[in-house]
Amino acid sequence: MSNPGRRQDVDDLSIKLLKLLERRAALTIGELATMLDAPPDEVARRIHHLEHARVLVGRHALINWERVGEEPVAALIEVRVSPQREVGFGAVAARIARFPEARSVQLLSGTYDLAVEVTGRTMKDVASFVSEKLAPLDGVQGTTTHFLLKRYKEDGEVFDEPEPPPRLPYAP
Amino acid sequence: MQTISEPPVERSARKDRVAARVRGVAPSGIRRFFELIQTMDDVISLGVGEPDFTTPWHIREAAIYSLERGFTMYTSNLGLIELRRALADHLALRYGVAYDPGDEILITFGVSEGLDLAMRAILDPGDEVLVPDPGYVSYAPCVTFAGGVVRPVPTSATDGFRPRPADFADRVTTTTRAVLLGYPNNPTGTAPNRETLSAIARVVAERDLIAVSDEIYDRLIYGREHVCFASLPEMRDRTILLGGFSKAYAMTGWRVGYAAAPRDLLAGMLKIHQYTALCASITSQMAAIEALKNGEAAVTSMVEEYDRRRRVIVKGLNDVGLTCHDPEGAFYAFPSTMATGQSDEEFAEHLLLEEHVAVVPGSAFGACGRNHVRCCYATSLPQIEEALRRIDTYVKRKRQG
Repeated sequence: MSNPGRRQDVDDLSIKLLKLLERRAALTIGELATMLDAPPDEVARRIHHLEHARVLVGRHALINWERVGEEPVAALIEVRVSPQREVGFGAVAARIARFPEARSVQLLSGTYDLAVEVTGRTMKDVASFVSEKLAPLDGVQGTTTHFLLKRYKEDGEVFDEPEPPPRLPYAP
Repeated sequence: MQTISEPPVERSARKDRVAARVRGVAPSGIRRFFELIQTMDDVISLGVGEPDFTTPWHIREAAIYSLERGFTMYTSNLGLIELRRALADHLALRYGVAYDPGDEILITFGVSEGLDLAMRAILDPGDEVLVPDPGYVSYAPCVTFAGGVVRPVPTSATDGFRPRPADFADRVTTTTRAVLLGYPNNPTGTAPNRETLSAIARVVAERDLIAVSDEIYDRLIYGREHVCFASLPEMRDRTILLGGFSKAYAMTGWRVGYAAAPRDLLAGMLKIHQYTALCASITSQMAAIEALKNGEAAVTSMVEEYDRRRRVIVKGLNDVGLTCHDPEGAFYAFPSTMATGQSDEEFAEHLLLEEHVAVVPGSAFGACGRNHVRCCYATSLPQIEEALRRIDTYVKRKRQG
């Protein structure tokens, strides 16, 4: 079953563990152990190992800040980059990624190279980050800023999914 | 002159307007709980009998598209040939049983209709049907409505509610017509292994019976393979196989299922279906085609999720002292209420009133379900965990009291 490209130290149980955590990061060791039918010690050992190997790189909550009324301003920045000898796009990407304003940095195929999601308190914050920090970087040829107007779905979760209609409380 | 109109004697002798055969069937044991729950809020229901997932979007979308294209007419009595072909392929591939989509597969309003058709097609008045107890609530009434007589085959918690083949053999008489099996089982979650089912199949063959096998939960099975009864030696030609889309694809409200049977039996069922139902809803049939074609990934991920919840609820119930066998299939755990000293009815009622957790008393599924309750784990994990905390509080209080 296992994929030939898979790391040697990640077996089927670890894959199941990762898939569970990917959807529900807050599960405790005990809960994970019951669900996976594995000893708690083993689950704890694997989590530690996966964190150490930077396979499990974070465990975050997904929050709809719009509901709170405190959503930050976000923009998707298309960045065109001239690749550099030996490092390609990597050096510029790494440089951008170190800015805390950059929420995500991805390399894409197509008409531009890097997609950078930038967040800030105000539109001006975002705009000045782009013009003062991002655009002037060596290797950056140009940017296009798209302000994000609404998030409908993120990480597999639909934000405004209506409550499903109730089921019969008792059914045969 | 006085005229006295004489009432017809037969009419007046018959006080009740409902037929005796119908009167004789007791109303559902869970009706009373329905009324109790209406008055309450903050209830966690483990009393449900359907998936908590909504039908996968690609299936709903296919149904919407079929409406847009104007598929709003009757289908053949048997159902859409595309669906019957897809089912024939599915059954051949998955279980190695071959059915002719032309006249051995019938699309029904879920297994419920298929069950009724099967009973009416095969039973003459007084014919007996062997039915494992506990079993799904509709089995006995469907036999009765069709004029048959139910002979329960007891099962017990000590065997994990697995039926014992000898118990079937012992109960066969000259009037026995059929065995009615429902595995994986509602309410117990039990799924007997191939050996047990094969031994039951031998009884069916030796005593020249018909097997009616309700396999609606065939896909919801954990850590083992489902054994299709019709795939056992000599059983294809003796079995009416009933299946559907409700549980595997989370499609309970679509009311679409199927019966697969040798042609003579299917022809009998079709005769009733064509006069009483005409055909299953075309929209639901279109959805079912999409489910078979592209639904596999959704089934796998739902089954994985049920399996995780199954482990949590079974461990949780055993930890609080409600002894519970490991259910191999469906989405029910069936723990004993004996630790509380309460019967299943008392337990279910007081757990609902005191802790707002709904479970179904096992005796609703037959005498052998007594002192057990059915807990459905087709609900989210946080809900299951909260329900387990409330059950724990309840059990502790009853043990002290």
